[in-house]
Amino acid sequence: MGGLRSYILRRLLLMIPVLIGVSLLIFAVTQMFTPEQRAAAFIRGEPKNPNVVKQIIKKYHLDAPVYVQYYYWLTRLLHGDLGISRSAHIPVTQAILQAAPATIELVMFAIPITILLGIYLGVLSAVHRDTIIDHLTRVWAIIGWSLPTFWLALLLIALFYGYLGWLPPGRLDPQIELFATSSSFVKYTGIYWIDGLLNGHPEVTLNSFKHLILPVITLVIISIALIIRVMRSSMLEALNKGYIVLARAKGLPLKIVINKHARRNALIPVVTVSGVLAAGMLCGVVITETCFNYMGLGYFAAHAAMQLDIPGVLGFALFVGIVFVIANLIVDVMYAYIDPRIRLG
Amino acid sequence: MNIEEFKKSLQPTIRELRFTLKRVRKSPLSLAGMVILAFFAAIAILAPVLAPPTSTDPYQMPHTGWNPIPSPPSPEHPFGTTYQQYDIYYGCIWGTRTAFRIGVYVVGAALLIGITLGSIAGFYGGLIDEILMRLTDIIYAFPGLILAMAFVVALGRGLDNVLLALILVGWPTYARVTRGEVMRVREEDFVEAAKAIGCSNFRILLRHILPNAIYPVLIMASLDIGGIVLTAAALSFLGLGSGPSYADWGQLVANSRDYITGSYGNTLAYWHAFTIPSIFIFTFVLGWNLLGDAFRDILDPTIRRR
Repeated sequence: MGGLRSYILRRLLLMIPVLIGVSLLIFAVTQMFTPEQRAAAFIRGEPKNPNVVKQIIKKYHLDAPVYVQYYYWLTRLLHGDLGISRSAHIPVTQAILQAAPATIELVMFAIPITILLGIYLGVLSAVHRDTIIDHLTRVWAIIGWSLPTFWLALLLIALFYGYLGWLPPGRLDPQIELFATSSSFVKYTGIYWIDGLLNGHPEVTLNSFKHLILPVITLVIISIALIIRVMRSSMLEALNKGYIVLARAKGLPLKIVINKHARRNALIPVVTVSGVLAAGMLCGVVITETCFNYMGLGYFAAHAAMQLDIPGVLGFALFVGIVFVIANLIVDVMYAYIDPRIRLG
Repeated sequence: MNIEEFKKSLQPTIRELRFTLKRVRKSPLSLAGMVILAFFAAIAILAPVLAPPTSTDPYQMPHTGWNPIPSPPSPEHPFGTTYQQYDIYYGCIWGTRTAFRIGVYVVGAALLIGITLGSIAGFYGGLIDEILMRLTDIIYAFPGLILAMAFVVALGRGLDNVLLALILVGWPTYARVTRGEVMRVREEDFVEAAKAIGCSNFRILLRHILPNAIYPVLIMASLDIGGIVLTAAALSFLGLGSGPSYADWGQLVANSRDYITGSYGNTLAYWHAFTIPSIFIFTFVLGWNLLGDAFRDILDPTIRRR
């Protein structure tokens, strides 16, 4: 596995310039504002005294030359200081850390379901190429790909909450939320269904599942098209290979040939698009959480954007950029692990 | 080379083109896509007839009163009204023009930037190439919607700034594809020949390389219009668009964001306010995606002839 280790090392080193670039891009955006506007990131509420703004500009070097500002900005960033969010009324870092578990809770269901169901439907579609199953799957994938996330979410809310009254928005029912945020409920992870089990309160777990159903369905329908598409075309390619013909010719049953010979090889491209899938999820989460009043990262970002909360939006973008770079690194390493041609090539 | 020889040399290209067109004609999905897009083009062209403008700026939706509660479809307002009584029918009709404008402007500008930078990087290579590719890496490090959101917040609300943000986020893809194609064509014999007879670099790039390298990126980009309109709608939905009176589908949905479920006993009272504009967005994007999906299959050399 020596090849893999040096591959990971090489990728880690390559990540550094990208991360610096990411920070430079966000810093460049902050430079589009006046020093007074940038000073707002350090003030809670509305500044009453103009002298306070001047003091802050001086204290944080907001009118210094650009490279000096970048130095101080980067130093603050490395200390986890992204300024104060005007929409959340707390520091941006704190807001992100508070909101992250909710989004993780959502995505930990949405991503596996999307990938597994997408692979299943993609294989089904390829194996039954040009039959009714194939057409239905593809049409469904294209519809999911074309649906505005907010419409799907709003329709589900109107139907399952407004009309049927089954599945309410939010993360928990109000009474249960009151209990779950009280001091008698220990927050081990911030993920309610896990904390509910750890605290010995399964009703919290069940209630959080009830609230997760609709947002997870929304995210899956929106993102699954990509996986179906990639899986279908790579499966079609794999089914056409010589070793498939050979396996069939030597008398292996079709099911084994599909599952063991074709599908395994066809899975590799799915790994490479999982980075794109992660990006789609992160964007989907912004709209989905806003529609469902689900107070995670996306909800925070959308509300920061609605209120033109500059530190909030830029802090979130920077955070997502870093997460995404790391996610892509993991995808690349997984890819190299699965496919030796990459790490040795 | 005389004309006969020239025609002969074109034959494989024409044969491939004919094959592609035949596949497009035979694919019901892409035909459906074309019909949908023709329908929207007709709406956009006929907008002044279908919904006569009431003010000097046709993109300003007329509204009767400031009542915040959406009203249901009626003879006066065939699709009902949104919050503050903006007419949904008018907004949907003129919003079609907005949608085409968003798609064409963003794709056009992003293509122009992408092809220019991509061909320079691909042709000259070296340091320019390295810098450009690292720049695209940085933009690729963000999911599109989120970076666009950050740009719009920095530039200020409004549809023009949404377009600018989408261009800034969109060009790297086209730059990369163009670069790859230019690098492939650069190695061809006819480029060598053009160099030998003393053509300038500019002429080689413009007359010999680009015409042979540009089609994949043109097709790819024109089929991106659906996705771009979808992202723009999401940004409008988040309140970053041109304000409640502007005829834009995403804006119409944003206007009704606080009216999803109706009152007790009549919970679906406002369904029209967010559903009708969303159907326009969905159908428009679906048209592009149906066409795009068929094209991608047809143009993909690994599954093309099966």
